[in-house]
Amino acid sequence: MPISSDAGPMPLISVTDLDVRFGSDDEIVHAVRGVSFNVAEGETFGLVGESGSGKSTVLRAMSGLNADWTGTIEIGGTRLGRVRGKPFYKRVQMVFQDPYGSLHPRHTVDRILSEPCQIHGMSDIDNRVREVLIAVGLGPTFRFRYPHQLSGGQRQRVAIARALILEPEILLLDEPTSALDVSVQAEILNLLQRLKQERGLTFVLVSHDLAVVAHMCDRLAVMNAGRIVEELTIAQLRASEPAEAYTRQLLKASLGYDRSAAAGMESFD
Amino acid sequence: MTADTLNPAKAGLRAWLTTDTPASRGHARMVQAYLGWLSLTRNPLALLGLAILVVLIAVSALAPWIAPHDPLAQELTNRLQPPGSPGHLFGTDELGRDILSRIIHGASITLYIVTLVAVTAPVVGLVIGTLAGYIGGWTDTVLMRLTDIFLAFPRLVLALAFVAALGPGIENAVLAIAITSWPPYARLARAETLTVRHQDYISAIRLQGASATRIIAGHVMPLCLSSVIVRVTLDMAGIILTAAGLGFLGLGAQPPIPEWGAMISSGRKFLLDQWWVATMPGLAIFIVSLGFNLLGDGLRDILDPRSGQ
Repeated sequence: MPISSDAGPMPLISVTDLDVRFGSDDEIVHAVRGVSFNVAEGETFGLVGESGSGKSTVLRAMSGLNADWTGTIEIGGTRLGRVRGKPFYKRVQMVFQDPYGSLHPRHTVDRILSEPCQIHGMSDIDNRVREVLIAVGLGPTFRFRYPHQLSGGQRQRVAIARALILEPEILLLDEPTSALDVSVQAEILNLLQRLKQERGLTFVLVSHDLAVVAHMCDRLAVMNAGRIVEELTIAQLRASEPAEAYTRQLLKASLGYDRSAAAGMESFD
Repeated sequence: MTADTLNPAKAGLRAWLTTDTPASRGHARMVQAYLGWLSLTRNPLALLGLAILVVLIAVSALAPWIAPHDPLAQELTNRLQPPGSPGHLFGTDELGRDILSRIIHGASITLYIVTLVAVTAPVVGLVIGTLAGYIGGWTDTVLMRLTDIFLAFPRLVLALAFVAALGPGIENAVLAIAITSWPPYARLARAETLTVRHQDYISAIRLQGASATRIIAGHVMPLCLSSVIVRVTLDMAGIILTAAGLGFLGLGAQPPIPEWGAMISSGRKFLLDQWWVATMPGLAIFIVSLGFNLLGDGLRDILDPRSGQ
């Protein structure tokens, strides 16, 4: 089992030979092919790639939303099955991409935040809801509002609060800022950084935005067509010295649209 | 608006009911209810529908006090009197009973039928539809084929068969109507469930470790509920007509109960010469059905998630 030397002695998350297929016999889509990576405790690990590269699928398989996978996923040395129990959900939580779709339209913020506590039989729900709202920078005035009364950034803060209220160790972030406008993006990223330091969280961040990844992550893996093309530290990314041609092209594309660069792009499928 | 500014207590209540920052769960619910009420009041036809229903409820509750005569008292010397004859505003029927009093007492029977059907058929349909839609697979196949079987029969014919098997009477008529009217709600609830089951907020609650029961009851059903409620109010007219139809065929309420459909049935023998005997209960059915339809249209504008917000 290859363990990346960057990940330290004992990785908190270890994914080995992950394969995800969709569809039935005649029309199989092989979305993720043999993906392996390790994430150390307290680290922020980025999964980068273009649309359809399989990065979100990896995250959904890790979270348990997608059960059609093979390979091994280990959290803290425990191998995960396809069906996860409550102890898993208490350790691992997820923040979704679209804050307009991830909050129940008929539930108040209060209900959205207190329901996870009820499911896990936690005590002192009232105080927990109040504290987590303050922690994500929303005051108590937001507690009894409905999602349609909130802005995109406020909704994403509620979604983060919902993920945090169970006090997990690991947050899976599925493009948490790509649906927000630029100024709000920065606020949410800074909030996530602060919460990570305060609570000692481990992040797995999926993004197509290299600027976000460079700001947030310690290490990243570049994905294309369901495979991990290359693993980089953030220093290597900043120094623009990736080994793979695909990563160099992705890096070039992230600098902005350039007609001559676009003409020189090639397909790596 | 000027009345509100003159009356500080009322203005304070209004501000409390329209606030952006409710202070408790109950407060948040009341704000939502008040905003719904405000959009209902912007639709005069829906308000008319609501008024008709309020009148129906009031009449059926107060029937013994507002009915001018005993609905069962026969007066054979005074039979088939035209509307407007002394003491009988709507005239009398073939046994000399006061038609107005019978319609007033019949209101509670109509309300009884409507309420019983409304609390059974949509609930059964909602449960079956959301289960089928959320669980999918074999459960979905079995439940939906069962629904198809019920949908394949014409509703009144199936209701007739059930009443014939169970025996005539209001309770059996209600049962037959409920048994025959749940499949459309199941279909509707399943369709709504299929659109919400892959939404991120359902994935999110799954990732909190919620059980399927909790997700269906607490997260999927509330989203199906509004379209089901709208459908119920729009179907109410049909339910009243089916009940009246069963009464008309002698399979619903039995004489001398003043059920509107049964009254039309007994009046049809005199339709050409004494038109009012059948027409008056017919008008009552028409008005109540219209009220439900108008209210249903208005509720659709408020509750249908696709129509706003």
